[in-house]
Amino acid sequence: MSTLSVESKRGISASTVWLAAWRAARGSVAVVAFLALWEVLPRAGWVDPVFLPPFSVVLHALFEMAASGELGANLLASAVRAASGFAIAVALGVPLGLLIGWYRTVGDLLNPLLEIFRNTAPLALLPVFVLVLGMGETSKISMVVYSCIWPVVLNTVSGVRNVDALLIRSARSMGLGPLRLFVKVVLPASVPAVFTGIRVAGAYSILVLIAAEMVGAKAGLGYLVNYSQYTFEIPKMYAGIVTLAALGLAFNHAVVFVERRLTAWQGVR
Amino acid sequence: MSASISVRNVVKAFHLNRRGHFVVLDDVSFDVAAGEFVALVGPSGCGKTTLLDLIGGLTRADRGQILIGGREIDGPGLDRGIVFQQYALFPWKTALGNIEFGLEAKGIARRERAERARRFLDLVGLGAFADRYPHELSGGMKQRVAIARALSYEPDVLLMDEPFAALDAQTRESLQDELLSIWQRTGTTVVFITHSIDEAIYLGQRVLVMAAGPGRVTHTLPVHVPRGDLSEDIRSTPEFVRLRHEIWQLIRQRRGNAQWQVAQAA
Repeated sequence: MSTLSVESKRGISASTVWLAAWRAARGSVAVVAFLALWEVLPRAGWVDPVFLPPFSVVLHALFEMAASGELGANLLASAVRAASGFAIAVALGVPLGLLIGWYRTVGDLLNPLLEIFRNTAPLALLPVFVLVLGMGETSKISMVVYSCIWPVVLNTVSGVRNVDALLIRSARSMGLGPLRLFVKVVLPASVPAVFTGIRVAGAYSILVLIAAEMVGAKAGLGYLVNYSQYTFEIPKMYAGIVTLAALGLAFNHAVVFVERRLTAWQGVR
Repeated sequence: MSASISVRNVVKAFHLNRRGHFVVLDDVSFDVAAGEFVALVGPSGCGKTTLLDLIGGLTRADRGQILIGGREIDGPGLDRGIVFQQYALFPWKTALGNIEFGLEAKGIARRERAERARRFLDLVGLGAFADRYPHELSGGMKQRVAIARALSYEPDVLLMDEPFAALDAQTRESLQDELLSIWQRTGTTVVFITHSIDEAIYLGQRVLVMAAGPGRVTHTLPVHVPRGDLSEDIRSTPEFVRLRHEIWQLIRQRRGNAQWQVAQAA
């Protein structure tokens, strides 16, 4: 830090550059170290390069798959499934959560059932989904919907129920009726809680989809990873995993981006 | 515009459990003339906030009547504006948006809303902060916005529930002066609840003293403090000091009585 303060004395531009460089370095140093370790360990012979090929070999496989179109096809299949399942879960889960949160009787009626569903591991139901809906897209997307909907519903319910009572009092004192109170106060006030649920759902969507694709699919990243392992194309398997990680990151960033725009009024926390 | 308030024999109790209920307000009666500034002072737990909720129409009295401008109230309404201690600003709306919220509730056209909101933001000296969100404002600024919001829909009565209690001493004093000058300009009837005797005398034309257990109005004291000029230090005039001592004794005496009664019962 002492070098930083010395640099800052030379002028604003120098210190700004240093600060940006420092931020970039701080943000990537752990990742770079991890990848370097991945490269070095197999090359040095500390781990078996057959089971863990160096990162550059994996990257090479990745580019080859990308060039042949194999990667694109599988990535698209997974992304479409995850995104549509996630979107359906949000479209159903948010209104359901609002209903349960706002009408206490609806909540009291549905809560025991919700608790059972929520605590049933989605993957345990995978055979059921395959049995009833077959091996096609329907069963996989349904699986994603099922696992994504609970965090969305439950967080929306708690968002609605935990709206600051003072804000409701204040709005009521201005003569707002129940409907307008809901639209103008309860809805905007629960946006942050709703997004907490949506973010969790985003992570679940990919997690569950990959498992579903590993069990039975003819395309998708889960299928790619599993199939590459069967056929002992280990670099391809790792390339699939790296792509999965990138997809997950991209998904999460997209959600966070939307969340930031909608909850900018909270300020930086 | 301003209207009189008439509170007649109001009783309010909360049910605790099957065994019984807790009487918060017992037979409370008082009148406030149109355009008058009345301060309500009393110890904590004397039902000040409950009384304000009743006048605001947020809760219903078990017995008795509350009239605004001669008409019995039926629920909350825009003829009464409430300013809460904790500001109660909507965090997802800007300062201007918060004021427009009340105007929208009143059904004022969009174009007039913005113009009027700006006028009231100027009234409390925050014209330059129209686009700030509540988390970007200080406590005093937030309370100014809340006051502007309550005034913007031009209520006949302004109800204030310890609005300056959470502010530091300097901000509190400047907001007190600001409130007085706004009141002098608008002529709105004001009911101001506080636990500070000084604040009650400084602001009120009359001070109503409340006692706890059950809550009721025990005394009404007119304030004859010379206040031609806000820059004068009226807090150190003999009349102010005398009144403060009198109210202090009234509240303390009550507390003493209550303790004595408890001791007798034991």
